[in-house]
Amino acid sequence: MEDREIKGIIEALLFISGEPLSLDRIKAVLALSEAKNVLEEIDRGKIKSLLWELQQEYDMRLSGLRIVEVAGGFQIVTPPEVSQWIKKLKKIKQSARLTKPSLETLAIIAYKQPLVKAEIEDIRGVDSAGVIKGLLDKRFVKIIGRKDLPGRPILYATTKEFLQYFGLKDISDLPTLKEFNELAEEEHAGSTPESADTPA
Amino acid sequence: MTYQIKLEVFEGPLDLLLHLIKKNEVNIYDIPISLIVQQYLDYIELMKDLNLEIAGEFLLMAATLIHIKSKMLLPQEETVSEEEEGEDPRAELVRKLLEYQRFKDAAEELGQREERWRDVFYHPHDITTEGEEEVMIEVGLFDLIDALREMIEKIPETMFLEIIPEELTLRGRMTAVMERLDIAGPEGLTLWALLDKDTTRRAIVITFLALLELARVRFIKLLQVEGRGTVRVYRNESEEERDQGGLIHGR
Repeated sequence: MEDREIKGIIEALLFISGEPLSLDRIKAVLALSEAKNVLEEIDRGKIKSLLWELQQEYDMRLSGLRIVEVAGGFQIVTPPEVSQWIKKLKKIKQSARLTKPSLETLAIIAYKQPLVKAEIEDIRGVDSAGVIKGLLDKRFVKIIGRKDLPGRPILYATTKEFLQYFGLKDISDLPTLKEFNELAEEEHAGSTPESADTPA
Repeated sequence: MTYQIKLEVFEGPLDLLLHLIKKNEVNIYDIPISLIVQQYLDYIELMKDLNLEIAGEFLLMAATLIHIKSKMLLPQEETVSEEEEGEDPRAELVRKLLEYQRFKDAAEELGQREERWRDVFYHPHDITTEGEEEVMIEVGLFDLIDALREMIEKIPETMFLEIIPEELTLRGRMTAVMERLDIAGPEGLTLWALLDKDTTRRAIVITFLALLELARVRFIKLLQVEGRGTVRVYRNESEEERDQGGLIHGR
């Protein structure tokens, strides 16, 4: 089977899947097809390069769709630039933006996971039980066990939904935390936050 | 004296302190403690005047600040050698402030990502793809509770007027569920379909309890498409499994 055809199959899989497809998942699906002899052999590297080609093709013809790498897989999405028309076509249930305390707590959990409530509260300097509960309800945070400390406190970590919501490939995709000295300099210069990258 | 402070909502004492440091354009490594303490206390005073509830953390920080201030007023003991010279009393506070600032910045970046990514859409799950090849998993208790909560939320507000229903027993409901499943055949029914005739909270809860009991004794199976799909209810055809479940206890 030619690359062109395989690429088409992968594109179709991405289109139909409602969630990010991992390389392993794509590989497994390809291997299940009737054209076994050809597709069984295909490796992750090959799939990845085909995905990259697809990505470029979409970008080159200024498509209204993008292929993004998010939450451990690949997914076809629409870029923010076209969102206003999408919202006109379909009534999309958009949840309210996260509050400042929620974002703050989520940032701490994301960078320091797994961690316990006391560690979060130590950094924020305020009681955080309510905020954590809200994040659990929204499925951005999950309980992954208990720490071997007196009282066996609950350990929290972020979820796949968290990655998806913020368009992150994985946890290492988070920007590195600023060092203390950088911060102190900014105190004088005034902060200039970098803009977040999106499927543009 | 008139207060020049515009009342903003601060998450906590650290947030307020960072704000004061920024507002006064002072060096975080060399905080003029008297000035900051004064403004901090003014702020708390203002909160009191406005009858706002002051969280304990704010008061604890006030005490800490005053403690630091008093330490700084004390003359350094001359007998202490250079190496043993006590740490700057502000050091611990500065460390905490910087640590907190790091995550405030990180939160801001997350907020920017959110801003852009919430306008990124993808093709939703297609319902028509539901078929034999789907991986069905047994539903966990929490998924069921989620479904129950969703269902109860869907009851229109006015329906909450409780009408005492006749003959609403657990046992009766269990029989009714089994009958409906018999009619439905191997396709089973969705949880929604089973609950759709129930319009009161009480009825929904009883049907739910009936389902739980039936599942416990393995007369029915509750399955769900892997991931987050609709819960479907099936009659358990396997005698063997059913026997393992034991008998229904009389109620």
